[in-house]
Amino acid sequence: MQERLDYRKAHSVEEALTLFQDLPRSRYMAGGTDLLPRARGSGQAPSRLVDIKGIPELSRIEELPSGDLRIGAAVSVAAVAAHPTVRQRFSALSLCASALGSYPLRNRATVVGNICNASPCADTAAALLCLDATVLCVGPAGPRRIPIHEFFVGPGQTSLASGELALAVEIPAASAGGRAELGRLSRRQGVDIATVAVLLSVLPQRSPRHRVALLSVAPTPRRASEAETLLDQRGPSAANAAAEAAMAAARPIDDVRGTAAYRREMVGVLLTRAVRALGAA
Amino acid sequence: MAIPIRVKVNGQVEALEVAPDESLLSMLRERLDLTGAKEGCNEGECGACVVLLDGKAVNACLVLAAEADGHEVTTIEGLGRPGALHPLQKAFLAHQAVQCGFCTPGMIMTALSLLLENPAPTEEEVRTAISGNLCRCTGYRQILDAVQAAAQEMRAGAQGRRP
Repeated sequence: MQERLDYRKAHSVEEALTLFQDLPRSRYMAGGTDLLPRARGSGQAPSRLVDIKGIPELSRIEELPSGDLRIGAAVSVAAVAAHPTVRQRFSALSLCASALGSYPLRNRATVVGNICNASPCADTAAALLCLDATVLCVGPAGPRRIPIHEFFVGPGQTSLASGELALAVEIPAASAGGRAELGRLSRRQGVDIATVAVLLSVLPQRSPRHRVALLSVAPTPRRASEAETLLDQRGPSAANAAAEAAMAAARPIDDVRGTAAYRREMVGVLLTRAVRALGAA
Repeated sequence: MAIPIRVKVNGQVEALEVAPDESLLSMLRERLDLTGAKEGCNEGECGACVVLLDGKAVNACLVLAAEADGHEVTTIEGLGRPGALHPLQKAFLAHQAVQCGFCTPGMIMTALSLLLENPAPTEEEVRTAISGNLCRCTGYRQILDAVQAAAQEMRAGAQGRRP
């Protein structure tokens, strides 16, 4: 990291916004598990890290009177994965949170940090896309809510404006009660990011009921909506057609973890397996 | 620009002035001479630097020293001492779960964190917990056995202390 790196801990949301604006190239930091190694390695270190873990209201998981679940930006991935409500009502998120990184990493990393990094492989993004989550944020222009479907713009890019702070992510009550299956391939079972992953979620109260999210096969985490429609119309018998549709929705690249052709092929394989697993359940 | 912090390390409060980009791992090793936690990869892949932060396993290379202000850190040095080893340390010796020793402090601290939240883990749960700790001597079998043996002893100890 640069020698002139500045670390400041915010104790309120207002203080965080002010600290961010004082210096150019500031970054909000929650767990820091992605931010710190990148800051060390890139030579493009932020000039200031604004630590948001000291802001009390961001450290809570709350069930709202509406039945919606709000997860604060400083809540760890491990806390989300183990939370009884998440496990019982939003199992897709528990599944994806448990797959992220390693045990010590999950104790530090946060779900909101995971989506703010906007990596195409962000594990929790797959669940939040399927569950129709909303990102709550606040910036110099005031508060706003961003549907998760509009949140990811490109690799490492979100629709957050400069200085805007993601406060929490909310999952609607109507997304509760489903089942989910995650197929995830990586070079090493623990720690490594997904070479390719497919999440299939069946939500009884939503339309489409079937939700398919793809990781590491496009510039952003994304849904495969044609595959979802096919599964809604024809159930498990549409597995092969849905696999074809999901493969067509993938826009993978070649990299050190796998080729584009391999990734596209595996999208089909993983979705077919997931349909079989959920269909038989 | 130094940042003043107060952090409790192995039960003792330390008042330090740390650099903004200094990792918790560097602070422990360079300032406090606690060299049990090792620097392997420095990016959270190997687990050799795992310590407990407020009772939970974290990669000390991915935590800034400044972030530890007001918190509690436990390192391998805080577990036992010669003649009075922690059950995990005893079990690692008894099961020959140590070869070169580089991964051992991180393995033990990861296992301790697991056993604090889950005193009777299945083998699968132990495997999941230590999947972020690399052992290049590949003594994983012995490590799994040692963690289970220590878990048993810790459960027995906890029961023995009850009136």
